[in-house]
Amino acid sequence: MIEMQNVEKTYRNGVKAVGGIDVFIGKGEFVYIVGPSGAGKSTFIKMMYREEVPDKGVIYINKTNLAELKRRHVPYLRRNIGVVFQDFKLLPRLSVFENIAFALEVTEEKREVIKRQVMEVLDLVKLKNKARFLPQELSGGEQQRISIARAMVHRPAVLIADEPTGNLDPDTAWDIMSVLEEINQRGTTVVMATHNRHIVNTIQRRVIAMENGRIVRDDSRGYYGYEG
Amino acid sequence: MKGRTFTRHVKEGFKNIGRNGWMSFASISAVTVMLLVVGVFLLLIANINYMMTEVEEDVEIRVYMDLTADEEDQVELGDNIASVDHVESITYLHRDDGLDEFIDSVGEENAELFESLRDENPLNDVYIVEAEEPHLTETVAADIAQFSHIDDLDYGESVVEQLFAFTNVMRIAGAVLVLGLMFTAMFLISNTIKLTIINRRDEIQIMKLVGATNGFIRWPFFMEGLMLGVIGSIIPIAAIITGYTYLYETVREGTMLSFINLMPIQSIVYEVSIVLFIIGAIVGVWGSLNSVRKFLKV
Repeated sequence: MIEMQNVEKTYRNGVKAVGGIDVFIGKGEFVYIVGPSGAGKSTFIKMMYREEVPDKGVIYINKTNLAELKRRHVPYLRRNIGVVFQDFKLLPRLSVFENIAFALEVTEEKREVIKRQVMEVLDLVKLKNKARFLPQELSGGEQQRISIARAMVHRPAVLIADEPTGNLDPDTAWDIMSVLEEINQRGTTVVMATHNRHIVNTIQRRVIAMENGRIVRDDSRGYYGYEG
Repeated sequence: MKGRTFTRHVKEGFKNIGRNGWMSFASISAVTVMLLVVGVFLLLIANINYMMTEVEEDVEIRVYMDLTADEEDQVELGDNIASVDHVESITYLHRDDGLDEFIDSVGEENAELFESLRDENPLNDVYIVEAEEPHLTETVAADIAQFSHIDDLDYGESVVEQLFAFTNVMRIAGAVLVLGLMFTAMFLISNTIKLTIINRRDEIQIMKLVGATNGFIRWPFFMEGLMLGVIGSIIPIAAIITGYTYLYETVREGTMLSFINLMPIQSIVYEVSIVLFIIGAIVGVWGSLNSVRKFLKV
């Protein structure tokens, strides 16, 4: 599913973000990426949807080597990967429905298909009744659920979440986790970078711990571990 | 691209113009001012060219024959001239006719003074030669000058050369000015849209994240630029058409300006309008696409 071999990435300012990562994430896994700020979590995640390109090594997503992927093929890769951010990244002037439909419009999907799939993912995140609302009329947790719905509307094989609960209060964070678990149970691979010790320790899944750009621990049913 | 997607891009383009009202207004104004100047200049150059051609076509070579040449010599010279390459026509002007022509040109008050010359006509007999093309005049004149029985030969060489030099300078200066203005307008549009694009950076980033191709992202900007350019060309085109029509009518009716011979309206105004329209569209599209370029490298 996702495989990295000896991946290295140094930024132009000389900062070595990731140095020599080997990892395999199988289909349907749920993986936490943990570690202190500056450990390389974000770079690790950005390389998966080719926001960053490694200097060395290979990254396979579904047998596609991202290191060799041509720039013009990147959009088609992204349609098979859902990405969720800490700050939701919703467009404020579009309604909830339009925000999600946006992701399908770029692929020139038929109107009926768009409508059906948007309602489907809205059902998945349990916000069908808020389709006509604007993002700012929703709570933070609801906005994050919309952004998850948008990420899932392509029915991607992988969902990548970068600190999805970072801006949310504890109760809301649990709501988000239950949505992510549900998505994972339906067969989507979920990779989630997080600082939330409580979540990692409660919903025990595979934990990949990073420090100084390297993987320092990889437990199949792990704990948060480091004191950060 | 599907029809519906195209409609979407057009709609997005329009929405963006509306959403960034003042910035759009600034861009359109830049195009308008640029095209007005370009239009006026194009008309000016076209008219100068037109008048030059008219003047150039009047250029003729006057071959003044020796006073001593008898009829036989004159005929021989005439045949020689006719054999020169690129000679369009030869007209023989007898000195008496030449005097008539001259007396006509000086007006009635002075006519009497010159009438006294009738008996002792000081003028030469003249061959008036026209070259096939105005610019061949000089070569033809040089060839003719080699023949005998010629007293003098005049084709207003300095006038011809100055005219050609002047037209060339005007053409080059015009082209440079027009190009300079076009680039200025392009950068103005590019920068104006760049200012509005900062707000749209998130949108572009999200589009890229959900798998939009660069082409898909570019289309609305293409449309927006196209429309900014086209809207910007409306006022200049209207101004050029009405302004030139008015000028043309005024010049034609005014006796004072009768020596000015402007180009007819139909031939030039619509051509200039089309050129302005195209320049507007190109400037708009180029400016817009240029501004979005750097945001596509995510």
